Amino acid sequence: MTQPHRIAGGQIDRAQTLTFTFDGKSFAGHPGDTLASALLANGVRLMGRSFKYHRPRGPLSAGSEEPNALVELRSGARQEPNTRATVAELFDGLTAASQNRWPSLAFDALAINDRLNAFLTAGFYYKTFMWPAAFWEKVYEPIIRRAAGLGSLSQLEDPDSYDKGFLHCDLLIIGAGPAGLMAAQTAGRAGLRVVLADEDFRMGGRLNAETHMIADHPGADWATATLAELASLPNVRLLPRTTVTGAFDHGIYSAVERVSDHLPAPLPGKPRQTLWRIYAAHTLLAAGATERPIAFENNDRPGILLAGSLRAYANRWGVTVGDRVAIFTNNDDGLRSATDLQAKGVDVVAVIDSRTGGTLLPGIRHLQGAHVIDTKGRLGLSSITVRHASGKVETIAANALGVSGGWNPNVNITSHHRSKPIWSEPLAAFIPGPDAPQNLIAAGSAAGHFSTHAALKSGAEAARQIAEALGKQAPYVLPQAEDAPTRITPLWHVPHGKGRAWIDQQNDVTLKDIKLAHQENFAHVEHLKRYTTLGMATDQGKTGNVIGLAVMAELTGQTIPQTGTTVYRPPYTPVAMGALAGRSRGKDFKPTRLTPSHHWATEQGAVFVEVGNWLRTQWIPRDGETTWRQSVDREVLQTRKSVGICDVTTLGKIDIQGTDAGTFLDRVYANTFSTLPVGKCRYGLMLREDGMVFDDGTTARMADTEYVMTTTTVNAVTVFRHLEFCRQCLWPDLDVQLISTTEAWAQYSVAGPNARKLLEKLVDQDISDAAFPYMGAGNITVQGLRARLFRISFSGELAYEIAVPTRYGDALIRALVAAGREFDAVVYGTEALGVMRVEKGHVAGNELNGQSSALNMGLGKMVSKKKDSIGMANSLRPGMNDPDGLRLVGVKPVDPTATLTAGSHFLPLGAPATAENNGGWLTSKVYSPHLGSDIALGYLKSGDQKIGTRMRAVNLLAGTDTEVDITSPHFFDPTGERLRA
Amino acid sequence: MPDPFRPLTALGQPDAQTLTIGPVTITERFDVALASVALRRDRDKDLAKLAKAVGLPLPDAANHAAGTPYSAFWMTPDMWMAEAPLASHDDIAATLKLALGDAASITEQSDAWVRFDLTAPDLTPLLERLTNLDLPTKSDGFAARTVIDHLGTYLIKHTPTEVTLYAPRASAQSLLHALQITAQSLI
Repeated sequence: MTQPHRIAGGQIDRAQTLTFTFDGKSFAGHPGDTLASALLANGVRLMGRSFKYHRPRGPLSAGSEEPNALVELRSGARQEPNTRATVAELFDGLTAASQNRWPSLAFDALAINDRLNAFLTAGFYYKTFMWPAAFWEKVYEPIIRRAAGLGSLSQLEDPDSYDKGFLHCDLLIIGAGPAGLMAAQTAGRAGLRVVLADEDFRMGGRLNAETHMIADHPGADWATATLAELASLPNVRLLPRTTVTGAFDHGIYSAVERVSDHLPAPLPGKPRQTLWRIYAAHTLLAAGATERPIAFENNDRPGILLAGSLRAYANRWGVTVGDRVAIFTNNDDGLRSATDLQAKGVDVVAVIDSRTGGTLLPGIRHLQGAHVIDTKGRLGLSSITVRHASGKVETIAANALGVSGGWNPNVNITSHHRSKPIWSEPLAAFIPGPDAPQNLIAAGSAAGHFSTHAALKSGAEAARQIAEALGKQAPYVLPQAEDAPTRITPLWHVPHGKGRAWIDQQNDVTLKDIKLAHQENFAHVEHLKRYTTLGMATDQGKTGNVIGLAVMAELTGQTIPQTGTTVYRPPYTPVAMGALAGRSRGKDFKPTRLTPSHHWATEQGAVFVEVGNWLRTQWIPRDGETTWRQSVDREVLQTRKSVGICDVTTLGKIDIQGTDAGTFLDRVYANTFSTLPVGKCRYGLMLREDGMVFDDGTTARMADTEYVMTTTTVNAVTVFRHLEFCRQCLWPDLDVQLISTTEAWAQYSVAGPNARKLLEKLVDQDISDAAFPYMGAGNITVQGLRARLFRISFSGELAYEIAVPTRYGDALIRALVAAGREFDAVVYGTEALGVMRVEKGHVAGNELNGQSSALNMGLGKMVSKKKDSIGMANSLRPGMNDPDGLRLVGVKPVDPTATLTAGSHFLPLGAPATAENNGGWLTSKVYSPHLGSDIALGYLKSGDQKIGTRMRAVNLLAGTDTEVDITSPHFFDPTGERLRA
Repeated sequence: MPDPFRPLTALGQPDAQTLTIGPVTITERFDVALASVALRRDRDKDLAKLAKAVGLPLPDAANHAAGTPYSAFWMTPDMWMAEAPLASHDDIAATLKLALGDAASITEQSDAWVRFDLTAPDLTPLLERLTNLDLPTKSDGFAARTVIDHLGTYLIKHTPTEVTLYAPRASAQSLLHALQITAQSLI
């Protein structure tokens, strides 16, 4: 717990000590540390194994671009794989484990892959494992997946919750470095609504990692003071720990705020993360730049970092990665790392500068025109091999090496709408292209302005221009800051020897792989990516892409811009699936709709079934019933014997009013409604434009200009949407008004021979057959309460549907049950409903499958030819009127004890079960307690001519082959005497 | 109403519920009658005159207008939702039909919706996690249809500290759950 690599300074709270474990070993750190900085402070450089070769790896960076130091953070259900140690904020009690190794990080048996590298080159899996073909899925792929992988999932449910939210602003600033802070200050003072988001837990960007002065103050102090001012402005919102992950349409950006990731567990009630959708009038990308390495042999050992990260660990976290540090650079910024580290008292053993000429660093061994050509150290860097400008080769003992190949502006989000970045020769880097998402501009390093002064100026100027565009003045005063020029001589890789030099460290893509891709003509940038997996890992190639492109450019003789780039896509960094789901998971996946009888049914022990978002009673078991069939059979038999009650509130109800309501209905329904008398209802069939059946239901005429349409439960919304389309777009000249009333009325079906007797006990009006005949409808009262009554039947029984305002729905079900007691009334659920409708031959969802016409359903005569209606013309097509086409039939097994299987196909007796013998299929199957056997409905070719014949119902998947009688679909009361009783 | 016809709230209780979670108070309202009022073709002048006579405001798009006995908010072009005290307007649709005649189509809506009134010294943190409306920039009296917890919901901003939600009644418990957990996350 001594933190031997901790040095002076840094923005950590040394007054507090945090303890944490890595691979079971305990360490100490401080608030302000990341897991990586704390491990490095403790002398731990080895933090992981590489993806393919299982090479020992330590952190390459100090930020979100990290390809190597991926760990499993936390344990149990909160275990999260592939977490970047470089951005994991340290907290007391943190537990982390290395991944992709066995049995231990220091000794990984699968490191044998490294020895087999000659066989594991780019695209090796395209060339091998070809035979036998059957082995791929069951043998080869599982082995490869086990060997090459990242972290493991806990397989436990995520115990945390995630929020979603919406923010609106005039200006979204992505990144709180010098450019972002200066822009926020300028825009904030001008009164713009500003959202400033930064992925780091400490805002300030590179100012926290540098020793630059701003207005005679350390840059980090200037950042702190600026943030304090911004926090005091009511029009500025600061979002630390928030990564803007993507640009979407219309100025909408996604951002993940890590609300609780810096805590052992979220505080009670708090989400772990919040996914914000930010609606921004303007956006400023001030996301900084990412340093890139240089490829040379064995450039991936623990202890080899980006030079800027090496100094970030020293300046921000007070950590030196090693006590003998070397720097390898092709640009001036690399030299800063050497001087900063030396100023911290770290032994800088050499600066290997690939450039020639220029001023030598004072007091440091500055080797110009030299290159690092190899390294040594099994689990961590121990020495580097340097080739001097003279050609002399020297080995230098070093346990840390900082590499700087230049800086890449973080253009990613500017490319989310497919804008291609453009190449800057002076910077040797891509900068944002001209077709960024609308109203998105870049500033600071993200735009290629690398000096602190240039970053501050570009941020302020961008904010001023945006404020002006919004009609506000935003003057600014720039604080004084360094303005060093960018001096770089590009060097992408060091040509030397035959060893491997890593380009994309996370996916183990080497220089050789790029060369192989070129050799095999996968030279196009998109092919290069897919063939080698360059840039396809969780880091999206933030450190490796440009080098890979540059190498390919060299190989093809093209320039880098000619070689081009692949397209960045959201998310910028990995996003937890939970954040995308938000609160919509498990039972809260969607809201639940409860029927008016729900509380009563719950008291009765009802079994519920999900019907869309509705919870409907499926059946209600009674004491002694041990199977669902017993309950359902009882409900069916008792309804047909006496009376049953069913909650049918879920059926869609649409109020249609207006002087043209009848005309409107004539056009949307295949049959006629304008002639329906007031006080009556009629079964209606609605077709799609293509002539197929869309929906069915009854519609009642409550007044001259007022109808109430009923839809199926499942189509309630789609029918309403369709009617609105018809009203607004097809026939805006009609005087029609629509509104849903589905939830306004609690509606119950009362069905069975005693239905009228039961209702007569409650309804205030005369509902005798004479006063309220079959298909009657009207406004009534129930013991004084306003209500509606419809004499309609789905069960085939004498039946009514009675509706009261929903607030009285619970009271009505209790009243119906009480009034029905003398008749031994039963409340039935959807299963019994289904049995009775099949017994009666009514079509439902299984038959209304979107591919069936009215003629298929035996309802062809309902399509009126006397008027035009949606779908009528197309229903006249010859193909829709094939006399040998499918027709709805009833099906009964010859052996009443035999079981039918839904989905079975109809085959002639003795015919092989082949497609050409297929006569149709069985759509709905139930057990009929009246008939004492399974019964079913189905579509059968020429079905109306085959009634009375015998066929087979064959289900090859279920392995059933049952001899059946083809019957009329009307199994029960085919003449309809009962419902007209 | 004689026993057993006892009404229940959308949350299945005899009386409206009030919950206080941190600074947020959620009050279920069970005392408001609702009816939609839809203009019939070419009857705008008639409706305006009749509505004015009966004290029914017909506010512009995205607005709510308070009044006595009727308040109303805009729902969609040429359609408004009228609000009135339930105690005096138990049969609001019939009452409005009498008043507005055939200048409008009236539909009873009292039982189609659950109403929650939200109050807090600052409702922004709660509502920015529930709706994509940019409420801080909206004036008092703003009304719009939005989506909260997947539910099509009418939102009325009375003041920065008072907001009304009308959501589908059958999903009252789900909406309340969403309001609760979101409010709890802000404590």
